[in-house]
Amino acid sequence: MTGPVLQHLGTTKLELGPVGPGDGPWRRGEADGIVWLVLERADAAVNTVDRSVMTGLAAELDTLERTPPRGVVIRSAKLAGFAAGADITDFEAMSAEGAADLLRQGHDVLDRLASLKCPTLCVVHGAALGAGFEIALACDWRIAVDGASFGFPEVQLGLHPGLGGTFRLPALIDPTEAMTLMLTGKTAHTAKAKALGIVDVVTEERHIRAAVDAIVAGDVERGQPGLKARAFGLDAARSLAARQMRSETEKKAPKQHYPAPHALIDLWEKHGDDPKALQKAEIDSFAALLDTDTSRNLRRVFFLRQGLKDGARGDDAIAHVHVIGGGAMGAEIAAWAAIKGKSVTLGDVQLDPLGRAIKQARETCKGQHLSAIETRDALDRLMPDPKGYGIARADLVIEAVPESAELKAKIYADLAGRMKAGAILASNTSSLRLSDLQASAPDATRFAGLHFFNPVSKMQLVEVVRHDGTDPAVVQRLAAFCGALDRLPVQVTDYPGFLVNRALTPYLMESMVLMDEGVAKETIDAAAMEFGMPMGPVALSDQVGLDICLHVAESLKETLDKPMPEISRRLRDKVEAGNLGKKTGQGFYDWSKGTPRPQAAGETPEDLINRLILPMLDACVECLRKGVARDADDVDGAMIFATGFAPFRGGPLHYARARGVGDVAQRLTDLADRYGARFAPDPGWKDL
Amino acid sequence: MSRPVYLVDGARTPFLKARGTPGPFTPVDLAVQCGRPLLARQPFDRRAFDLVILGCVNVIQDEMNPARVAALRLGLGAEMVAFTVQINCGSGMQSIDTAYRYIRDGSHEMILAGGAEALSHAPLVLRQSAVEWFGGMAQAKGIAAQAKMLTDLRPEFFKPVVGLERGLTDPITHLNMGQTAEVLAHRFGIDRQTADAYAMQSHHRLARAQSEGWLDSEVMPAFADDGTAYDHDDGVRPDSDMAGLAKPKPAFERPYGKVTAGNASQITDGASWVIVASEAAVEKHGLTPLARIVDSEWAALDPSVMGLGPVLASTPIAQRQGLSLSDIDLWELNEAFAAQVLSCVEAWADEAFCRDVLGLETAFGRIDAERLNIDGGAISLGHPVGASGNRIVLHLANALKRLGKTRGIATECIGGGLGGAMMLEVA
Repeated sequence: MTGPVLQHLGTTKLELGPVGPGDGPWRRGEADGIVWLVLERADAAVNTVDRSVMTGLAAELDTLERTPPRGVVIRSAKLAGFAAGADITDFEAMSAEGAADLLRQGHDVLDRLASLKCPTLCVVHGAALGAGFEIALACDWRIAVDGASFGFPEVQLGLHPGLGGTFRLPALIDPTEAMTLMLTGKTAHTAKAKALGIVDVVTEERHIRAAVDAIVAGDVERGQPGLKARAFGLDAARSLAARQMRSETEKKAPKQHYPAPHALIDLWEKHGDDPKALQKAEIDSFAALLDTDTSRNLRRVFFLRQGLKDGARGDDAIAHVHVIGGGAMGAEIAAWAAIKGKSVTLGDVQLDPLGRAIKQARETCKGQHLSAIETRDALDRLMPDPKGYGIARADLVIEAVPESAELKAKIYADLAGRMKAGAILASNTSSLRLSDLQASAPDATRFAGLHFFNPVSKMQLVEVVRHDGTDPAVVQRLAAFCGALDRLPVQVTDYPGFLVNRALTPYLMESMVLMDEGVAKETIDAAAMEFGMPMGPVALSDQVGLDICLHVAESLKETLDKPMPEISRRLRDKVEAGNLGKKTGQGFYDWSKGTPRPQAAGETPEDLINRLILPMLDACVECLRKGVARDADDVDGAMIFATGFAPFRGGPLHYARARGVGDVAQRLTDLADRYGARFAPDPGWKDL
Repeated sequence: MSRPVYLVDGARTPFLKARGTPGPFTPVDLAVQCGRPLLARQPFDRRAFDLVILGCVNVIQDEMNPARVAALRLGLGAEMVAFTVQINCGSGMQSIDTAYRYIRDGSHEMILAGGAEALSHAPLVLRQSAVEWFGGMAQAKGIAAQAKMLTDLRPEFFKPVVGLERGLTDPITHLNMGQTAEVLAHRFGIDRQTADAYAMQSHHRLARAQSEGWLDSEVMPAFADDGTAYDHDDGVRPDSDMAGLAKPKPAFERPYGKVTAGNASQITDGASWVIVASEAAVEKHGLTPLARIVDSEWAALDPSVMGLGPVLASTPIAQRQGLSLSDIDLWELNEAFAAQVLSCVEAWADEAFCRDVLGLETAFGRIDAERLNIDGGAISLGHPVGASGNRIVLHLANALKRLGKTRGIATECIGGGLGGAMMLEVA
């Protein structure tokens, strides 16, 4: 909500000292003996650190070394922030052999920056990540504009810092804190960064010049590194700490699947007392990690995300969203849309669910670390609407009522004539077919599916589902809406279960068949987690909601040609008893004490993991063949971002290809012989 | 230039009885809670207003100029001018009256006018003697001076005063508002039983209005952060009876007083908004007004008998409009105290009073109980002081429409010796 005055003035004006306009990633200016180097990469909203940035910096250093000024200031001219890290497309080109050389050149530039004779200051607004953070660490001083954040997200790409982060950060702050940042990939926001000692000065944008002048004039003091840093100079102390780090890391990122954090711990344990040796080892380790399947696949995941994000471009022309149904999903969608800046009305005939929705929204705000002001504004935007006033004002109406075709038809009939001209109606159904629902929609061309996953604040994927009559412009607006909500849209057709549930349901149902055969649920779930799933299929069924699982399974069983696993009696019994999983506290697991952490109990049957995973791959092949999703990347991205499918495997279809298409198809045929036609391979395998 | 002015629509929160601790909503929270649905049901863009005026007596420190804070939180845009008005119990009507006059005179087209009050948030304040002692201590230099100050320390310094108690005490006469009602009860011969019977009727009438759904478009549910949904005026006692009302001891003048907690207005939190618009705005946005604002008046009298404010403010309107008592179909006379409402009725029925004070030739007449506060009032639903004046105007408009009546007056007494009145006709 910016008025014309602030629109004219601009919400932020960056202090660029004496630097004027110009070309090239670095622009230079000098005033009062202080040289300002400003980073602004062309044709990008965000700075990334590529070779041109490093060579440009090297060229500037040539001059600075010859005639050192009173001080050097480094900052970004991009409103978005300092720098988001290395350009990941560069990684693809770096062969393992060449990588070490390129890294050494980069290290040389930052070493020269670090050893300049004059004070060097890095001014950071927004994010300084990865290589951006490493440039900041090579400076003597760091000034943060409130809102700045610092982090090393490399672990998420199967890597660790590679431009000196592994030795500069532990040298600057408490080494255990430094290791935690690098191992988790979490960012330290301004206050935390100040507390950790990453940042020397925190100030407002409008006082940057004064802060720079004060530091160069020697008017700012700073604390000394504490005792703890010195204690870790001892091998024994590091070994002890490293052992703890390893066991913590193993829980979240087992070494077998995620080698990078373990490599980082090794580096620090071995060389934590010798920065030079650590630097050398960092280069070799980074180059080696770059060549692992894990890193390649995690980088693939990064690009899959980019691909889905690209599909979310454009203007959604949706300012006001009306959500019908104050149940768990409706409430979550409404809260999330409000948090992301939409005006939201949440309709329900009952007041109690609306009240619960507000309480839940407040908790989501807390989970997202929103400030008191941001929380208030988000909750102000989220209006419980028992009388349905929002229907007439909404640009998008999202129906999220229980999965009953009659109920939905009744609700759609009530919307007719009340919705704004041009407004879209989207159903969050997960088990009904749009082709069956569209007849009762006020305007079938502006009717589509918008299938969110639970919990909306954590699951990034949204299926944008079109039926035969959906206007393509409506699909694009819905995809853009997902983008505005910081979610990843995948466009799919009106297939039974759409894409994700079509692929996931056989996996969930097979786990119940296995339980019926006498395999312990813990054994099943532990095996799936061993494969790399964030959660086993039994626990996932509980999380999704057993009622929803049953609905989807029944609907797939009716509508698909392919046989599905028999629906387990246990599942029906649980649903009938009202034990629906996480949301009721009791499903197959007891959720009252939090998320279950199953340990394998007894032998894992030989075919278990193939019986679980291969039907999921087979369903993905079927969806690809039938054009449910646009391409294999969309299928892989959707499965990773909706279900958490082992990211280090690069997605189900990528995994199938890596394992060998013929091999997988053969295993399916074998399984079909032993366990039934539900395993028979799809005809699409031969085209994969 | 004198243009017709319309009351287009309005909505309020449930009025929530203060229960000893601060309630879930601040004044602005309340204004947002009822403002959102009101705006959501309008066909026009919420930036279409020219101005926001909000009545609020006890502004809290975090919400200076609550009108502007509410305007921004309601998404009316950075360019929305907004100011807060304060005339004690008339504040919520003052906002409408200011809007009415601006629009009537042609400077504005559409104004959002409201009232908001969270009496449960009234602060605890230090006694003046304690404030002076803390100031002295802060200035005392050296141990000897500080030790001397310590000897002046008194236990009562640590007994804070509820700000509300002071706010409800007239600063000129030092009479509590309840005591001014005792004065009127004495002068107009209102006994305890008559006051109690009036209070019981207020509860019964509100309970009926609630169960009949007569408040459905007026009262919007409010949702607290803890998930509680408040959907009705919760001070109502549908089973109120004379035996129950006979129990409480006099609240202000023991042991002989007649004003009790049972026959006085309740201390509550609440907010109310109305949309005031010119004919041009009504046409431009295709609105269907509830009522037309015909006239308004403010009057002043001795603070110790402030409860007669409605009589002094309403009579000039009737005179100006050439109306007799029978022409006025409905009255919303704010129920500060049962004895005070009944004293107003008696004053109008008293020939001598009407002649001497109001300059009438004869008694104005006795208001028919079936035309007065027909759906209850502040005794049953509470009196969030800054909001009440707004609520009675809004409810009058809704009641006129529901019953197909023509004309009504909303009026209130105002602590400090004032009265406010506003006349509506159905549009």
